[in-house]
Amino acid sequence: MNGLNLHKRIEENTGLLIFGILFVSAIGGLVQILPILDQDSLNTATENSHLYSPVELTGRDIYIREGCSVCHSQQVRPLIAEVERYGAYSRADEFIYDRPFLWGSKRTGPDLHRIGGKYTDDWHRVHLIDPRVVVAESIMPAYPWLAERPASAASDITAKMRALRTLGHPYSDEDIEAAPDELVDLTEIDALIAYLQVLGTAYVEEDAP
Amino acid sequence: MKSSSEFYLDDVVIRLVQFSVAWAVVAMAAGVYLAAELIWPTLDFGQYWLSFGRLRPLHTNGIIFGFGVSALMTTAFYSVQRTSHVKLFTPGLAWFCCYAWQLIVLLGGLSLLAGYNTSKEYAELEWPFDIAIAIVWVCFGIVFFGTIATRRIKPIYISNWFYGALIIVIAMLHIVNSLAIPATALKSYSLYPGAQDAVVQWWYGHNAVGFLLTGGFLGMLYYFLPKHAGRPIWSYRLSVVAFWAFVYSYIWAGPHHLHYNAIPEWVQSLGMVMSIILLAPSWATMINGIMTVSDAWEKLRTDPALKFIVLSLAFYGLATFEGPMMAIRSVNVVSHFTDWTIGHVHSGALGWNAMITYGTFYFLVPRLVGGELYSVRLANVHFWLALAGTMLYIMSMWGAGVSQGLLWLSVDQIGELSFSFKDIMASMTPYYALRLIAGIIFLLGTILMAYNLYKTIQGRQASKVEIPAVNPAYGIS
Repeated sequence: MNGLNLHKRIEENTGLLIFGILFVSAIGGLVQILPILDQDSLNTATENSHLYSPVELTGRDIYIREGCSVCHSQQVRPLIAEVERYGAYSRADEFIYDRPFLWGSKRTGPDLHRIGGKYTDDWHRVHLIDPRVVVAESIMPAYPWLAERPASAASDITAKMRALRTLGHPYSDEDIEAAPDELVDLTEIDALIAYLQVLGTAYVEEDAP
Repeated sequence: MKSSSEFYLDDVVIRLVQFSVAWAVVAMAAGVYLAAELIWPTLDFGQYWLSFGRLRPLHTNGIIFGFGVSALMTTAFYSVQRTSHVKLFTPGLAWFCCYAWQLIVLLGGLSLLAGYNTSKEYAELEWPFDIAIAIVWVCFGIVFFGTIATRRIKPIYISNWFYGALIIVIAMLHIVNSLAIPATALKSYSLYPGAQDAVVQWWYGHNAVGFLLTGGFLGMLYYFLPKHAGRPIWSYRLSVVAFWAFVYSYIWAGPHHLHYNAIPEWVQSLGMVMSIILLAPSWATMINGIMTVSDAWEKLRTDPALKFIVLSLAFYGLATFEGPMMAIRSVNVVSHFTDWTIGHVHSGALGWNAMITYGTFYFLVPRLVGGELYSVRLANVHFWLALAGTMLYIMSMWGAGVSQGLLWLSVDQIGELSFSFKDIMASMTPYYALRLIAGIIFLLGTILMAYNLYKTIQGRQASKVEIPAVNPAYGIS
């Protein structure tokens, strides 16, 4: 049977057309995506991986809620200028406990992967409540409400930790039971700052650049 | 005596046009507001729901799923009936798709403003919405493929393949990318960790652009361009080849969004190579379209609808050339993370998606209600506003993006960074101001169209179009 005859059959048969589209479009995913999902080095924790504490996890979810990743990447590329500007380039094993990933696609503001420890907690607090107090040119939105809301109100922390445990994050029963207490008396801004301060800090500098 | 089944179901088509135009105005207005916030960051007035990070996903979701998908449902429902010579399969389900989809976009949009956001681009809606989307999408598939299965014309016309690919592939992408473990009623965690999540997300993200914003709208093109030009497709065989090449190669291109990121290099390289190959089917389709109108150029002088469609082809060609170029790693090193990406997206979204939809609506709506377009003059004004807005938008973002990319990477003779991030960011204001003006111009045009179409529909009913007899040469015996 030549190609035109085969195609005549496809274009006159709904089932064949559906199957053809599904088959042809699936090839790329099967060859390209499945091996990635099967690659252990992309999902196995190392000494560079940091399991988020309840407070940091709460902060991370606030980062997601406010859409910080719309304007800030968390991915230092292995380029001289980027390593100079931000620090060591990002490694895959640093993101093992990142669900979802927050690499971003746009830098309206600077990359944040190595922001941890670069500024004081107080600087972050002032900056988040009104960015232009510390950076006059800044076009970042102000987040005054973060300082007013208790961290525990936005956070079903035990349910979240249990969900993550089913995905393999090694939280113990004691960790989960103690979590609500850790959030007592903290506001959302405290949790977000805790997350920012831990970002990119677990990475252990190797000898090679 | 005629039974009602001998008429096409067009009421639902008109309703979908109305929803689509409404979303265009709302989501583009949100875009204009966001553009203003990048110049005057205090424009959110301390209101969390007006904050940039929350409003931006509303803008993108409103355009893609509100305006875009509603327009695709409109034209798929309209043309699948005409090319099959039957009424829509299960009309009740078609109405369900129409309203349920709008409800998802509306409630989903509000949930984004409330901060329920997965952060995965174009898949921001949380898990209950993901399930609802999957259900409505399957219903869309049942109506569409059911209509084709019950058709009275033997060959399945090319536009239907593209709509078919839209329905099937988006279902696959949506389900795989949205897999997550729910923690609470509106919060879930992705099944995939870090780098794997990134690869799955951009497999989805790039192909949402591929099969929804490109493939779906090519379905629109293949029906409405020949219909409007009064010419058959220049080469049907080219359209067949281009279709399968498109379905095969698009799906590989996602990893070009992750050049120099922490994923294996072979995946980046494969994504880059397949992105460049993708130029061939993209331009094959563009050439096919341009050649189809090549005997009907005189219509371009008088008919704003055809002008929109032909211009959209030009922007389709531009965007599908620019995309593969930006996928090359040495270009991407400059363009990645910059406003160049935003410009590229808008040359596609404004120049291609919006313009072909506008052209199609100007053609379709008068026919649907059996009247004339309220004002051809207003439509012509809209055409120039849309063109000016799109050009200004793209050029301002090219300027911004190329400057950002080069200045970020610039180092002096001793290897020190030449510019601080803050100074580069502060130098963007003129570009952002131009972009705001561009957005306002484009939005004004869209509002003109909304008014024009409203006046065209006002006081009229969907005209009843009888299903014609089938030419025995093509009929199903």
